[in-house]
Amino acid sequence: MIKLRVNGKPRMFRGAPFKRLLDVLREDFRLTGAKEGCGEGECGACTVLLDGEPVNACLIPVCQAAGRRVETVEALGTPEKLSKLQASFLERGGAQCGICTPGMLVAARAHLASGGRPDDASVREALAGNLCRCTGYQHIVESVLAAAKGAKKPAKAKRPRA
Amino acid sequence: MAAMASVGTSALRREGPEKLTGRALYLDDLDVPGAWHGVTVRAGVPRGRIKSVSFDPSFPWKECVVVTAKDIPGKNVVTLIEPDQPLLADGEVRHREEPILLIAHPDRAKAYEARSRVTVEYEPLPPVLSLEDSLSVKEKIFKDDNVFKSFLIEKGDLKGGFALADFVVEGEYRVPHQEQAYIENNAMAAWEKDGVLTVTGSLQCPYYVVKALKVLLGRDESKVRVIQTVTGGGFGGKEEYPSMIAGHAALLALKAKRPVKIVYDRHEDMAATTKRHPAVVRHRTGLTKDGRLVAQDVDVVMDGGAYATLSAVVLSRGTLHATGPYECPNVRVRARAVATNTPPNGAFRGFGAPQTLFAAELHWERISRALGLDALTLRRRNLYREGSVTATGQVLRESIGASECLDLVVKRSDYEKKRKDYDLWNADPAKPTWRGIGLSVCHHGAGFTGSGEVYLASRAAVALTRDGRILVLAASTEIGQGTNTIFAQMAADALGVPSDWVEVETPDTHKVPDSGPTVASRTTMVVGGLVRRAALELKAALDAEGGRVPKTRADLKKSAAALCGREPLRRFEVRYEKPPEIVWDEGTYRGDAYGVYSYAAFAADLEIDRATGEVRVRKATTAQDIGRAVNPRLAEGQIIGGCAQGLGWALLEEPVYKDGVMANAQLTNYVIPTSLDAPPFDVTIVERPYSRGPFGAKGVGELPMDVPAPAVAAAVRHATGRLIATIPQTPERILAALAGPEDA
Repeated sequence: MIKLRVNGKPRMFRGAPFKRLLDVLREDFRLTGAKEGCGEGECGACTVLLDGEPVNACLIPVCQAAGRRVETVEALGTPEKLSKLQASFLERGGAQCGICTPGMLVAARAHLASGGRPDDASVREALAGNLCRCTGYQHIVESVLAAAKGAKKPAKAKRPRA
Repeated sequence: MAAMASVGTSALRREGPEKLTGRALYLDDLDVPGAWHGVTVRAGVPRGRIKSVSFDPSFPWKECVVVTAKDIPGKNVVTLIEPDQPLLADGEVRHREEPILLIAHPDRAKAYEARSRVTVEYEPLPPVLSLEDSLSVKEKIFKDDNVFKSFLIEKGDLKGGFALADFVVEGEYRVPHQEQAYIENNAMAAWEKDGVLTVTGSLQCPYYVVKALKVLLGRDESKVRVIQTVTGGGFGGKEEYPSMIAGHAALLALKAKRPVKIVYDRHEDMAATTKRHPAVVRHRTGLTKDGRLVAQDVDVVMDGGAYATLSAVVLSRGTLHATGPYECPNVRVRARAVATNTPPNGAFRGFGAPQTLFAAELHWERISRALGLDALTLRRRNLYREGSVTATGQVLRESIGASECLDLVVKRSDYEKKRKDYDLWNADPAKPTWRGIGLSVCHHGAGFTGSGEVYLASRAAVALTRDGRILVLAASTEIGQGTNTIFAQMAADALGVPSDWVEVETPDTHKVPDSGPTVASRTTMVVGGLVRRAALELKAALDAEGGRVPKTRADLKKSAAALCGREPLRRFEVRYEKPPEIVWDEGTYRGDAYGVYSYAAFAADLEIDRATGEVRVRKATTAQDIGRAVNPRLAEGQIIGGCAQGLGWALLEEPVYKDGVMANAQLTNYVIPTSLDAPPFDVTIVERPYSRGPFGAKGVGELPMDVPAPAVAAAVRHATGRLIATIPQTPERILAALAGPEDA
């Protein structure tokens, strides 16, 4: 049995320890926000935070998440109450087809929460592991930068452990 | 007081909150109780006759359902244009990824295992794997000449035109396949309930799927229902292939008597589904010494792959755009789409036009060198303007923003100064890079070609329910481009109500009429026009009922109750009507090929590392005349996103074919642009309204794809002095060109 915290709640997984974290989240915990785009760690659609660090959940066996904190897009906000970052994506066209969006949001959040610089080059660097085929990235970068500027205390978000 | 106009504002994406919170359910996210997993056994040889199919006896086959061509109750064909592509090969196999049989199993891993336990034996036949081999007809794989379709456009007197020419400039240009690379792979689920077969999934064209299923299953439309799920990108890649997967899922579900889900993985999606057609385009162009076009002779060949599928219409659009947006009195365009034993090529944003426009635009670089006139001046001398006559004899009457777009791009990119500055930079051997800036100008016809919209006879409706809901009913799919949002905006403005009063129904063929496919830059202009007209009919009914359009939701409820009486809703449906001034002759390819064209100009400003040949696009500047931006933010999203795909095609993306199949069918080695590859974009939306478009709107979806590749190639030439007449312009190609002589 594997114990982990998912979006702040303790969860248990009984099953093959090498089952992909992505499949455990999607199939066992019914958290389908993280998507499978390529299954080989290239597209970043499955990005989740493991102890605050962005990882490709398609490359992580669930046993590697034992005793650790996992955060998915579902932890960020709800349609009725979007987080600042989500609201910024909505206003600035950061989401089109939406399939890369959960991974993109999670990666952007990790960048800002860890004190990453809110400038164009740093944001592009932070999102370089997340492919988007719709936007050409400009509206995504603008969304992240606007959220960072609007947030007086970006450090308010939980900081990852060192 | 009427409600504030919504058209022209950047209303927020309708389904945005769901997409931003992980609540939007794509097919793979749906919990379909009791569903089995379907997999596809594919040919594995490019051409051959099936001798036998055997099943490993050590595998517990009784746990599975297996479907072969014999299980098809109707006709074994994926209905599209020509009835030539089978749903499951039965007899001859014509490409490596051709489906042979289907397996469903309750457990996904076991389904894949079962697939590996099937052996198909073939009598091999010699395959035709390249466009050149197909043209040489060493092997006949389609009729006598391997030609799926050919077109000829003639204007004026070509011979006479060349006789007037001071210069004749020739060039050959080549473009490769391109993979759509939507991030959501193809996925579909099917089940039967109460005699109705329902298919749901990721798709662009719900009624294409209905038409295919009717023929496959031998059922009428009331027994087949297609519902779009949230779709993670399409770009043309989900225009036709979903009909194939829907057929597969349907057959498995009928035989298994339970729901079946088919979700492709990335490798299968890339290897098996359609790509952009590769093409070879030859130009022979006559000009006077002051740079005026007097003769254009263009020859186009596209590789259609193993079945006709959409090749005829892709070729048609390519042919009709082959001259570029320039007026020439004497023109001939000859075009052919040929068969090869490779997976069929199909729709990809631009649909044949990016291929021929790459050639037409880059050819100005050759002409420029031959005439000693710069490519900007040459374009300005020949560009379409009011009153210009196209190669098909179409007189351009209105909404022609080509020159305005070009002027804006030249100014905003600082083109003329940078041409000079970069010449100095490049002449300095101490600089680590070469720099270049290149231009393109393209046109793109909105809506179906020629009489296409007349044959489609699309319908859309607006309904008012008794409890006061306003619904837009259309089969146009939201695939990321913003259909839901702009339909609500246009319906609201036609009605004179706030846009949040309007709901847009999910495309479900048992609820929405056939609005035609979500393709061809037609959703805003054509279907949006129908939505507007339907909304105006509802408005007229409300006016007649209450003397005015309701001002509050309570008012609306009262009016709705009065208007509906005992009915649950009143539905106002309209059908496409051809504007009388549009005249097209399919037989001679003369007349108004498109009701109107959108226009775009683009400047690629780039630098190349002198040691590695690596290209970095420093800035992309574009201006695009789309008639009217219904939603400027969404329109800009289309422009930047489409241009990024064009830059990918120009610099990075190349499906490598080996033995008739894509050898790099992975995102690891088929490289699309990342946030670090994409340049900053400077976008100007030009609005030259089209009198027949809703609120003046023309098409925007495909146009952005046309412009980047030729501008990049022109910029690389500026930087290196070498014209590389193909793409992608990879470091390898650039270094190889640099090893050769400078352009003569």
